[in-house]
Amino acid sequence: MTAPHAIRVENLGKQFAGVTAVDDVSFSVAPGELFGLIGPDGAGKTTTVRMLASIMDPTAGDAWVTGRHTVREAEKVKEDISYMSQRFGLYPDLTVQENIDFYADIYGIGKKERRERIDRLLAFSNLTPFRQRLAGKLSGGMKQKLGLACALIHTPAVLFLDEPTNGVDPVSRRDFWRILHQLLEEGVTIFVTTAYLDEADRCHRVGLIDKGRLLACDTPANLRKLMKSNILEIITTDSRKAVALLREKLTGESISLFGARIHVTTATPEPTASRISSLLREEGISLQSMREVEPNLEDVFVSVLSEERR
Amino acid sequence: MMDRLKAMLVKEFIQAFRDPRMRFILLVIPIMQTIIFGYAVNTDVTDVATAVYDLDNSRESRDLIDRFARSEYFSEYEYVQREERVRELLDRGDVRAVIRLERGFGAAIRSGRPAAVQLLLDGTDSNTAGIVAGYAATIVSRYNIDVSTQRLAHRGIVPGPAGVRLETRAWFNENLESRNYYVPAVIANIVMVITMLLSSMAVVREKEIGTMEQMIVTPIGKWEFILGKTVPFVLIGFINVALVTAAAVFWFKVPLRGSLFLLFFGTALFLLSSLGFGLFISTVSHTQQQAMMSAFFFLFPAMLLSGFAFPIANMPEPVQWLTYLNPLRYYLVIIREIFLKGVGIEILWPQMAGLAILGACIFFFAVSRFRKTLS
Repeated sequence: MTAPHAIRVENLGKQFAGVTAVDDVSFSVAPGELFGLIGPDGAGKTTTVRMLASIMDPTAGDAWVTGRHTVREAEKVKEDISYMSQRFGLYPDLTVQENIDFYADIYGIGKKERRERIDRLLAFSNLTPFRQRLAGKLSGGMKQKLGLACALIHTPAVLFLDEPTNGVDPVSRRDFWRILHQLLEEGVTIFVTTAYLDEADRCHRVGLIDKGRLLACDTPANLRKLMKSNILEIITTDSRKAVALLREKLTGESISLFGARIHVTTATPEPTASRISSLLREEGISLQSMREVEPNLEDVFVSVLSEERR
Repeated sequence: MMDRLKAMLVKEFIQAFRDPRMRFILLVIPIMQTIIFGYAVNTDVTDVATAVYDLDNSRESRDLIDRFARSEYFSEYEYVQREERVRELLDRGDVRAVIRLERGFGAAIRSGRPAAVQLLLDGTDSNTAGIVAGYAATIVSRYNIDVSTQRLAHRGIVPGPAGVRLETRAWFNENLESRNYYVPAVIANIVMVITMLLSSMAVVREKEIGTMEQMIVTPIGKWEFILGKTVPFVLIGFINVALVTAAAVFWFKVPLRGSLFLLFFGTALFLLSSLGFGLFISTVSHTQQQAMMSAFFFLFPAMLLSGFAFPIANMPEPVQWLTYLNPLRYYLVIIREIFLKGVGIEILWPQMAGLAILGACIFFFAVSRFRKTLS
């Protein structure tokens, strides 16, 4: 495949009965790239990935995958890609082996090649001991890995993953990303959507999507530079109360809570810091630490979103 | 093409027969239904529980009552002594008929005057009541002939043979057993329910568990998918026909006079419609529950307007026209005529042609609605 882009999207849009799910989205993904589409639930991630995988027709714009048009050459696109939906379609009443065999038959994988591939995929996903187990009896993480194994039974040029690690335990999540990085080494282009912002940091490039609109699209490092403001990280004894207080008093700044840590995004760190100290003191909340930190992707996201929504 | 279709078929068969409940539904239920149905559906009216209210109690009245009791149609339930008891027995449904003879019945007969016998019927079930009235009329007219003969004999006249004697022979079902008419028709109902319902559910199940989305993105063709989903049910339909036919022939001794091959050929034509409806239902349903509801929406009118229980000839003309759109109508004729009349394709071809045309239309309409994309 010599197309300059693995994926090219131009002014893509999708309306469902008057509701705009995806609105005028354009971007491209280079071959061999790991691209992450990040956004909250209902942002339009799934609709976008379905349109790219040629299983849903857009209502506006065009998309090409490996140089082929997703509507006019849908069946060709399908031969070049793998797609794993949020709930990968496994047959719960078939065994692990039968599920993989079925997809191997559908993709027309020859008998000799198949045995070797299946052995490798099962080993790769630590599923070898479970060959004869019914897919419905696997844990959530194992189901996702089996789904990936089925999706990879043929060698796709582009792999589309829709929230592959949603609801998966941390160990399986790590396994899963390890597998994805191995695939990158084999030259597969990967397009992944996720609501986990920490996973976005593992991507080469990230697109931020909200309410169907692509707000930003760049490398994680460049996205951080988007932040014109600074981040103050505060740890207090009563973070919930502190957040409520700060949200009430500091109207110019955006405040978000990550576990016990409060991030205050501000253009003027010094005066804000002293204001915060006095506010907390007045309310009798003890401040354990306050320091300026590098923005993480979540901060970027929150900041971009709040600018957009303003 | 063949490899992918084979993969679909293998998968469908594993899924259909792996679940023990499914095996039970596919193999045991049809036989059970045939047997229960064979015993339950019996429109032959015999041994009607009858009360007798004989106010006359003469030789003549007892003679007439005796004639009722000796026939296989009536069975004496009770000799009633009080007027109120008649009402009570009918109200409670203990009897379906009451024979009432007024005082003076015997005297009237003896003196050559007309006498009356009253037959009270429970008319709730109008069909049965009508049949019972017919039986009673036969018994009474026989009694009249005997009385007249006796009267003539008293005057020394020996009557010659009556002018007309009706000789009835029922062809195809010599003993007029309703079972012979209904049991073969069970085949049609079972094949229709199982193939339409299960095929639509099999497709919708893939939507429900999310495998449909996955199938759409594979290079599998629309026809490969559709054939993969329907061919197993053609086979299951054939297995059901074989099972029900065996139960009908060996258990109920229903005669199978025609060609078994023609029966299966007719079944194949019928499956085109049945699976076409199933496929159509799967294109309009998102959950298995919806599919089941929609299937019943087709099944009930199809059964009621098929001639299975209610003769089409008795329906108002516009409804009769409507039944031409019902594939079950043709299939029932084919099954009943093959079983009882033993006729061949030279008689059945119009039914088969009707079924083929209807089936092709339904199936291709459903296929054209079937999309290999989401929503």
